[in-house]
Amino acid sequence: MILNTQKFLLKNLKNTRKLLNIRLLSTVGDEKYKGNYDVIIAGGGMVGCTLACAMAKNPLLSSLKVLLLEGSPDKKFELKPEYSNRVVALSQNTKLLMSSINVWQHVENMRLQPVRHMQVWDACSDAMISFSSSEILDDDVAYIVENDVLLHAVNTELNKTNNKNLDIVYGAKIDSYKLPTSTDRELKSLVKLANGDAYSCQLLIGADGANSAVRRAMGVQYVSWNYKQMGVVATLHLAEETENTTAWQRWLPTGPVALLPLDSKRSSLVWSTWEENAKELLKLPEEQFVDALNDALWKQYPRSSAVDACMSWVGGCLRGAGLADGAARQLPPSVRGIAPASRAAFPLGFGHSTRYVAPGVALVGDAAHRVHPLAGQGVNLGFGDIKELTELLADTVYTGFDITHPDWMRRYESERQKHNVPTQLAIEALHRLYTVDFPPVVLLRSIGVQVTNALQPIKKFVMAHAAT
Amino acid sequence: MSSAVLRMPWLAYQKIFNKTIASQTRLLSSVNAVKKDDVQTITTVDKSDVEFFSNQMNHWWELDGPLKALHSMNLIRIPFVRDGLVQCSPAERNLSPLRDKKILDVGCGGGILSEGLARLGATVTGIDASKDLIAVAEAHKVLDPRIENNKPTYYNITIEDHISKYSNYYDAVVASEVIEHVNNQELFVKSCVQALKPGGRIFFTTPNRTRLSQLLVIYLAENVLKLLEKGSHQYEKFITPNELTFLLERNNCHVESVYGILYHFLANSWEFVRAQSLMYAMQAVKLN
Ligand SMILES: Cc1cc2nc3c(=O)[nH]c(=O)nc-3n(C[C@H](O)[C@H](O)[C@H](O)COP(=O)(O)OP(=O)(O)OC[C@H]3O[C@@H](n4cnc5c(N)ncnc54)[C@H](O)[C@@H]3O)c2cc1C
Repeated sequence: MILNTQKFLLKNLKNTRKLLNIRLLSTVGDEKYKGNYDVIIAGGGMVGCTLACAMAKNPLLSSLKVLLLEGSPDKKFELKPEYSNRVVALSQNTKLLMSSINVWQHVENMRLQPVRHMQVWDACSDAMISFSSSEILDDDVAYIVENDVLLHAVNTELNKTNNKNLDIVYGAKIDSYKLPTSTDRELKSLVKLANGDAYSCQLLIGADGANSAVRRAMGVQYVSWNYKQMGVVATLHLAEETENTTAWQRWLPTGPVALLPLDSKRSSLVWSTWEENAKELLKLPEEQFVDALNDALWKQYPRSSAVDACMSWVGGCLRGAGLADGAARQLPPSVRGIAPASRAAFPLGFGHSTRYVAPGVALVGDAAHRVHPLAGQGVNLGFGDIKELTELLADTVYTGFDITHPDWMRRYESERQKHNVPTQLAIEALHRLYTVDFPPVVLLRSIGVQVTNALQPIKKFVMAHAAT
Repeated sequence: MSSAVLRMPWLAYQKIFNKTIASQTRLLSSVNAVKKDDVQTITTVDKSDVEFFSNQMNHWWELDGPLKALHSMNLIRIPFVRDGLVQCSPAERNLSPLRDKKILDVGCGGGILSEGLARLGATVTGIDASKDLIAVAEAHKVLDPRIENNKPTYYNITIEDHISKYSNYYDAVVASEVIEHVNNQELFVKSCVQALKPGGRIFFTTPNRTRLSQLLVIYLAENVLKLLEKGSHQYEKFITPNELTFLLERNNCHVESVYGILYHFLANSWEFVRAQSLMYAMQAVKLN
């Protein structure tokens, strides 16, 4: 009897399974169903590719069948003498992650520039803060790396690893997703491409950037706003050759202008400003653009004498207490010219996905969180996601659980939000604080900066958080 | 107060444990009475229809169902057993850390822990005094493709009888949420240890016997909150870490570690903690 019952039950369950698969496939209709994967990574930007690489290199995850789908074509990379205008500042933690998966050496073999000092100053007052690797960390503050170089380094390592379980499809424009509902017995997502190809997977990872379609398919709440600002980027030629290991950032009432070092004579520009202003800047003849930029770096803005008076009083107090108050000010470089056709502008925005996970789906990188580039944190947050996600997933697999187990996904979300959200809010607060020139606000922020600069422990704290 | 109750580990599953499967509370009474009960159980199964059986199946194997706390408990007890048996750096880890380990799951019920351990490559034997639970376990083990080539072996037998054939045999014996239901705990521990090879390890998880657990688990849960049926638990049967240590040492074992366990009711998640006043996990090695 028991045996019969079992057989009956088994048959039943097997039938349901078959039915499930048929149902899933029938939604594909006449499209070309190309197969099932354990994991599909939607989006092969810096974050998606790094995830694929970190998984391929993890002994517990390398046997998972992974498909990486990237919309853009597979470009042949070539290290040109001219720098790309898209660069990122990578934190120490990102370096650690990249070293652990062997990618950093490829970056070093191509090129990167260490940042050993950082100077941030206010156009509306004398307030400034400077970080030096020697005084804060034992190591460099950050590294400036071109997006292309980083991506190529990741791909180089991926090729070397030659993981047979990883498939990459370039030029794969994803058209739509069908995500599982929590009542589905078997978690399976369906991914359809514009060319009609379709794939299914247990675990879908959305690494498809700020405009994430995976996130939209999840139907989660997305808190976002547009700054009505754009980041104007360009490769700059400096007037003088120096060691050039300082990252400069000046707060203008329109937003921050930042110079990130590339080599002894070149720096990369990220100039955040209002959209109309950005568009004008793009249209200016190159010489006039350089003048406008030098103005932005050097020009005296109208100041409030009350603010200045207070600042020098606070400075006096700090000196009285034996604390350096920012006297170690260095002069920013002058810009001689820009690399031809290196100007471009990118829209800036804030975005926070209230959920990073749903049954069988997780978001990483800009798909989950988007920040103003003023702190150079954007992609570092994404790499932090990758580290956490791969560790938790490996742990799950090592415990014998399904890769879609809700426990690791919940942990992933809560761990990352615990880090990302405060960082995003801090960046947001800075942005708001600095896009005003109302004297009381200027005074408050200036004193805050002046005091912070004088107090090593606070600076260390700020640095340590920025490094993670 | 209520948050303390909510955190109470085994309360949640004990509740349904008792409500739905009557045979279950009997299942581990070990030693005495089992045989008689079992005959009844068999007759119920024989008389029952397919629906009854599949109800049982759903009852045990719905991840979010009545026994969800037992399923989620795998989150800590599998690493507990795994890391007690193999320790290696993250770089050396593989997908079958328990390969070549023979593990006995005493009181395996519907096979939730047995299958979990089999997925890590262990050669698992599950024994249970209840015939219909063994039937559930047997029926379910063919459903997971990941243990297709490594299904647990189940026996409807008591530990005392099992060791007549399998003495000094296992690399590990696991008795998770079992000893608190057993009548003769001394004989139970002795038999479990006897199943172990010298150098093998034994793993327990069980509620502690403290004023706190009495207050929360028995008085509050049964009388005030009515989370449990009256008489679900007998306070006297709970065993303290000291008593269990004593029993193990008397049987030539050395206790290697003891952790407190906490259940977060709302999150349905488990955690190892320092405090052992509600529930604990104990690991011991059988000396030569
Ligand atoms: C001006 C500027 C300066 C910045 N500076 C810094 C900095 O200094 N430091 C820092 O850490 N961060 C910086 N950032 C942020 C950083 O660039 C982003 O955080 C990072 O690019 C996010 O990476 P990602 O892989 O998550 O997303 P993305 O880079 O947006 O990649 C998403 C990928 O998904 C693909 N994709 C999207 N939709 C589809 C689809 N439907 N089908 C197929 N493929 C699809 C896209 O092709 C793309 O390759 C800056 C950003 C800007 C705009």
